[in-house]
Amino acid sequence: MNFGMTEEQDLLRSEVRKFLDEQSPMEEVRGAADTPEGFSRALWKQLSELGWVGLVTPEEYGGAGLGWDDLVVLLEETGRTLFPSPLLSCVMAGAAILDAGSEEQRRAWLPALADGSCIGTVAVLEEGDSLLPRDLRLRGEPDGDAVVLHGEKHFVAEAGEADLFVVAFRSGDADEALSLAVVEAHAEGVRSETGRSLDPTKRSGTLHLDGVRVGPDAILGSLGEAGPALALLLDRGAIATSAEMLGAAEGLHAMTVQYAKDRTQFGSPIGRYQGVKHPLAEGYVDLECMKSLLYYAAWALEASPEEVPLAASQAKAFASEAFSQMGITGIQLHGAIGYTQDSDVHLYLRRSKWARPAFGDEAYHYDRVATLGGI
Amino acid sequence: MDFHFTPQEEAFRQEVRSFLAEHLPPADDREPETLARWNRALAEKRWIGFSWPREEGGGGGTLIQQFILKEEMSKADAPPLGSDFMGLQWVGPALIRHGKEDQKRRFLPDILASRTLWCTGYSEPAVGSDLASLQTRAERDGEEYVLNGSKIWTSAAHHAKWIFLLCRTSPEKESRYHGITCLLVSMQSPGIEVQPILTLTGNHTFNQTFFNDVRVPVNNRLGQEGEGWKVVMGALANERSGISESTEMERELEALKQLARRSRSGGRPALEDPSVRSEIARFETWISAMRLNGMRYLTNQLRGGHPSSETSVNKLMRGRIEIPMMELATRLLGNGAQEGGSWQERALTFHGTVIGGGTPNIQRNIIAQRILGLPKD
Ligand SMILES: Cc1cc2nc3c(=O)[nH]c(=O)nc-3n(C[C@H](O)[C@H](O)[C@H](O)COP(=O)(O)OP(=O)(O)OC[C@H]3O[C@@H](n4cnc5c(N)ncnc54)[C@H](O)[C@@H]3O)c2cc1C
Repeated sequence: MNFGMTEEQDLLRSEVRKFLDEQSPMEEVRGAADTPEGFSRALWKQLSELGWVGLVTPEEYGGAGLGWDDLVVLLEETGRTLFPSPLLSCVMAGAAILDAGSEEQRRAWLPALADGSCIGTVAVLEEGDSLLPRDLRLRGEPDGDAVVLHGEKHFVAEAGEADLFVVAFRSGDADEALSLAVVEAHAEGVRSETGRSLDPTKRSGTLHLDGVRVGPDAILGSLGEAGPALALLLDRGAIATSAEMLGAAEGLHAMTVQYAKDRTQFGSPIGRYQGVKHPLAEGYVDLECMKSLLYYAAWALEASPEEVPLAASQAKAFASEAFSQMGITGIQLHGAIGYTQDSDVHLYLRRSKWARPAFGDEAYHYDRVATLGGI
Repeated sequence: MDFHFTPQEEAFRQEVRSFLAEHLPPADDREPETLARWNRALAEKRWIGFSWPREEGGGGGTLIQQFILKEEMSKADAPPLGSDFMGLQWVGPALIRHGKEDQKRRFLPDILASRTLWCTGYSEPAVGSDLASLQTRAERDGEEYVLNGSKIWTSAAHHAKWIFLLCRTSPEKESRYHGITCLLVSMQSPGIEVQPILTLTGNHTFNQTFFNDVRVPVNNRLGQEGEGWKVVMGALANERSGISESTEMERELEALKQLARRSRSGGRPALEDPSVRSEIARFETWISAMRLNGMRYLTNQLRGGHPSSETSVNKLMRGRIEIPMMELATRLLGNGAQEGGSWQERALTFHGTVIGGGTPNIQRNIIAQRILGLPKD
């Protein structure tokens, strides 16, 4: 038993941090978030060349072949700087194809996802905004050995920029009779647009499917049998999102601690007053717990699959509550400067509001923890 | 990162389970003779003081084995490992770290064999959180110290043979942390008087302890004169890391789930109430976080660190969990809670655990100042 990072993981962290500190300081983040695409293609290219986009893609499909316990280190760092990019979405699309796809399908899509030339994402949620299998209504109408999709997917990350969507749909009446398929953006009947976002560093929108024909070569696994693959995918999403949340929460916390040391009132740094220092200490406790729960869940993905559902839900539930609170505290402890456009604090607050519902909020995940815990 | 236990560690877990199958006394039997038998069997295995070095009479177990041992014992709801709780949790480790050879030989075997019971004398009537302001004094007189003052909230002082005590041997000067000395004092010494204080449950667990010209051999000083603060910082971290072990919380959670399964709320089964479900799930998540935090800190120790300020994290987590957990239990019991019982009793005693070993505010100060580097208040 060893609950420490390896030297390689520490090295990865310091390399990513150095890269982001140099290449993507906050002015750059704001600039990129202001562009129509919402991220910098130039930095995305560099990130891909460094092997980070395909970090967990196996080497035979053009990736670096590392594990999710390494990936969370990368995502923690992109979270810390609020780095805007389709990284999380690409990782998710790649994971779905790797988990559920055939050898041919993996060869068809993974290399382009790993080298950053293809932007992928997953499309699961519908208007009802529910992750429960029974609430996925989009139906794949059989047509020979293909299916035809008619409907909409909502809250799709990178909807406007994605070249490829992994779409979840229904192939039967049983709750779990679900399927996954790859739908390419240029296919006939596919239309997508970016919606408004509270968090300018995260884009999402709607995917319209107007009679899109999906051939057998694009269906991942067997029709109606992707329930378990989708469940795993959602757990991966919860874990990946928790990693970015942890990083962002650490970034915000460090920034607030620094402010508490620098800002003087009543003749001393405000960090001396317990009304300031105690919430920061509680924030530290939250960060420690977020870390522990996250690292455990990421390790379970690699080494102990039966523990993943509970570990993922605990990590995401805790992160959702803790990061939201930290966003609120962060603004308050900054005073009026925290309420300005110029200060970066609100970007973290906005991120907390993006991240909380992504792949399930605490209500969803605590309910799952309860069920898994036998109550 | 690797949470799998090695085959040797798994084999050790099996060994603990077989031991439990053979020696665990029935849950309703905690008679002194039974516990003595239990402790003898444990001592034979060297599982009392298991992680202490073998040359100090411990078991030389690794920290991981120690973790496994405690976890299995807790799951089985076994009696404690040895009866001298404070002796084992912080007095012994302090002796191992700061004691002279003859002191180790005098005290450690008795702690391991449950022949002694230690108590702890930090707090005083006017001294709680601000421990460094303590006023109990010891004056040097030849080869003895003469001790005067009084300690309060001394748990178990009415049974204890020894007290691990902090006193002042020189006045506060440049640094208030200097001039504090740690003494090991026999509770049989003339001039000690122990007066009971009843806790809010009506039980007698702690006391006020008076010291009136109590003579303590200089050889019973632990560490250098005036350097007791160093000794106590380590001891407090050990105390907190003990308090913040998650195993006890895990047992409470299981009991709480049982209670929830048979309770009704608003005329319906309590588990149909989403707020009950999510609250229990939150406790379960927080307890997992505590357990995993503990494992991360264990890894730090395996890499050579000593328990330190990070122990405040789980002490605070425990505070966050235990009182709300007991509040939910009393809420589930409803009006029936008035009738007494073990839940009701625990719902009250947990208000003490959160204070003992340092209040939440003090843990927040420790984290803010020592870990985050914020200025002292
Ligand atoms: C069940 C139990 C067992 C105990 N056993 C022992 C024992 O065996 N031996 C022993 O020596 N002691 C023992 N104690 C005492 C314990 O260590 C003290 O109670 C504790 O350190 C707090 O001190 P106090 O009670 O004097 O409270 P105080 O220090 O007076 O604190 C009162 C309140 O003020 C707050 N406060 C104080 N200072 C600050 C500050 N700087 N910033 C913010 N808030 C502050 C505290 O958080 C608390 O809420 C025990 C206590 C309990 C409850």
